[in-house]
Amino acid sequence: MTLQSESVAGGGGEETAATPEALLRLDAVEVVYDHVISVLQGVSIAVPEGGIVALLGPNGAGKSTTLKAVSNLLRVERGDITGGQIHFRGERIDKLAPGDLVRRGIIQVMEGRRCFPHLTVHENLLTGSYTRKDGKAAVSADLERVYAHFPALAERRRILAGFISGGEQQMLAIGRALMSRPTMVLLDEPSMGLAPQVVARIFSEVRLLNREEGVTFLLAEQNANVALGVADYGYIMDSGQIALEGTAEELHGNPAVREHYLGLSHAADAASDEGGHAG
Amino acid sequence: MEFLWDFFVAPFIDMIEFPIFLAEVAVSGLLTGVMYSLVALGFVLIFKASQVFNFAQGAMVLFAALTLVGLMEHGVPVWGALPVTAIVMVALAFAIERGMLRPLINQPPITLFMATIGLSFLLEGAGEWVWGSNVKALDLGIPNSPVDVGGMLLNEFDLIAALVAAVLVAALALIFQHTPMGRALRAVADDPQAALSLGISLRTIWIIVWSVAGVVAIVAGIMWGAKSGVQFSLSLIALKALPVLILGGLTSVPGAIVGGLIIGLGEKVAEVYWGPVIGGAIENWFAYMLAMLVLMFRPQGLFGEKIIERV
Repeated sequence: MTLQSESVAGGGGEETAATPEALLRLDAVEVVYDHVISVLQGVSIAVPEGGIVALLGPNGAGKSTTLKAVSNLLRVERGDITGGQIHFRGERIDKLAPGDLVRRGIIQVMEGRRCFPHLTVHENLLTGSYTRKDGKAAVSADLERVYAHFPALAERRRILAGFISGGEQQMLAIGRALMSRPTMVLLDEPSMGLAPQVVARIFSEVRLLNREEGVTFLLAEQNANVALGVADYGYIMDSGQIALEGTAEELHGNPAVREHYLGLSHAADAASDEGGHAG
Repeated sequence: MEFLWDFFVAPFIDMIEFPIFLAEVAVSGLLTGVMYSLVALGFVLIFKASQVFNFAQGAMVLFAALTLVGLMEHGVPVWGALPVTAIVMVALAFAIERGMLRPLINQPPITLFMATIGLSFLLEGAGEWVWGSNVKALDLGIPNSPVDVGGMLLNEFDLIAALVAAVLVAALALIFQHTPMGRALRAVADDPQAALSLGISLRTIWIIVWSVAGVVAIVAGIMWGAKSGVQFSLSLIALKALPVLILGGLTSVPGAIVGGLIIGLGEKVAEVYWGPVIGGAIENWFAYMLAMLVLMFRPQGLFGEKIIERV
């Protein structure tokens, strides 16, 4: 695929990635699975504090792997960061345990929601506060805050999470992450398998959390149309590399990007809103 | 013809004619079952939290009992030997996490299973190396005499043992259901990677479940040891726990308890009523027979956790 990437990226990715104020910065991160399978080949991303950044691209492009590299969840899948650096608030974090990352304010909502099916909704939320040391009162205040954001969860707090709907599970997964009082949430494929109205509802909640509570989001999505609707900035991944980057408007407006990477060509435009796609 | 009568009719007539005796047999079977349950419980806890099928559970029972008896032989009183044994079992949990689970992280389950076989030999060897291999009597001062309960003659030791086991299980259930640590444990049992993403440390959880399994092993070791002496064959009760697990389901704590009770009850009743007909020794194979039937008709076990599908 040959694209005029310069016109979109606005003069190469380096300047943006090197912004000193970036809350999270990945520099040329490389990830290898099982010691042989190269999944990420030098991914550089910057997420400013208070921003919403979208990570777009087709299935298998490396979006989830990028997020898992940040949260240090690769080892469980026999993956390893073999090159590059990750910084959070200027501190190098690519050797930290997942628990230390959560304590520093980065938490991930994994693809497929991953609620604990045999725990109640309420218990699921409480597991999100596992790393906190600020006492019961603060935790229960945050519980009420999450229930206020997602009233559907409040109604179902005594029900096992395995029995609530997919949309409610996505809200639960986000709420559970919020219970850790994060600075930054890595949100992986929140639209997966959900009806368009539900997707819209979840993304409006993401925008609300960002505006009102200042939570920074790094959002991996196949549904580019919806993601660019809330994001300020976007990166498009292809085969383990960043193919393009730019502001949400630039990416959304560029016809070549729309056709080749976002599947938003004229015919597909209408269909893309459906949100239901294989994960 | 006579055999068929003896096999299919006579035992039931006996049961109806002497209900008190039946009750006595049943209760003593249940009390034995409690001990099977305890060993199976150790398996289930570890399997749920770390997906490791811990073949060494029987060896842990032996090791715990040997440590306790060994200390007592050296003049340490029971109330001192018990906490020391508990500390040894917790230390063992730390050592297992560091030396076995951590290096083998992400290996296939069969690798970890093999590692636990190695662990069981290590524990048996270490226990006998330190404390010697002769049969030791474990005397806790609880009388092993029959008492009359509502017309039934029951063994006092069995009753106390069952009570202790019940208290232990109730305490564990409370901890799992109502403490943050218990919640984290159940979260890990459901989805280890998701738990990790929330900052729940899998290592901490592993150390805790192996410690709890170690404490359960102490209780099981005391009960079995006091009954039949502390000796090498104690580690073989792990084999008796396998049919309990198949019956109850590998992932179910209530299953382990009920499975143990069913097997304890079943084998005792079968032995007493059908043993004379076919020449006895039913107790030795009854549990495995039952496990085989369960495998044929309900392979997930009676209580095997249902997988909750996303709606």
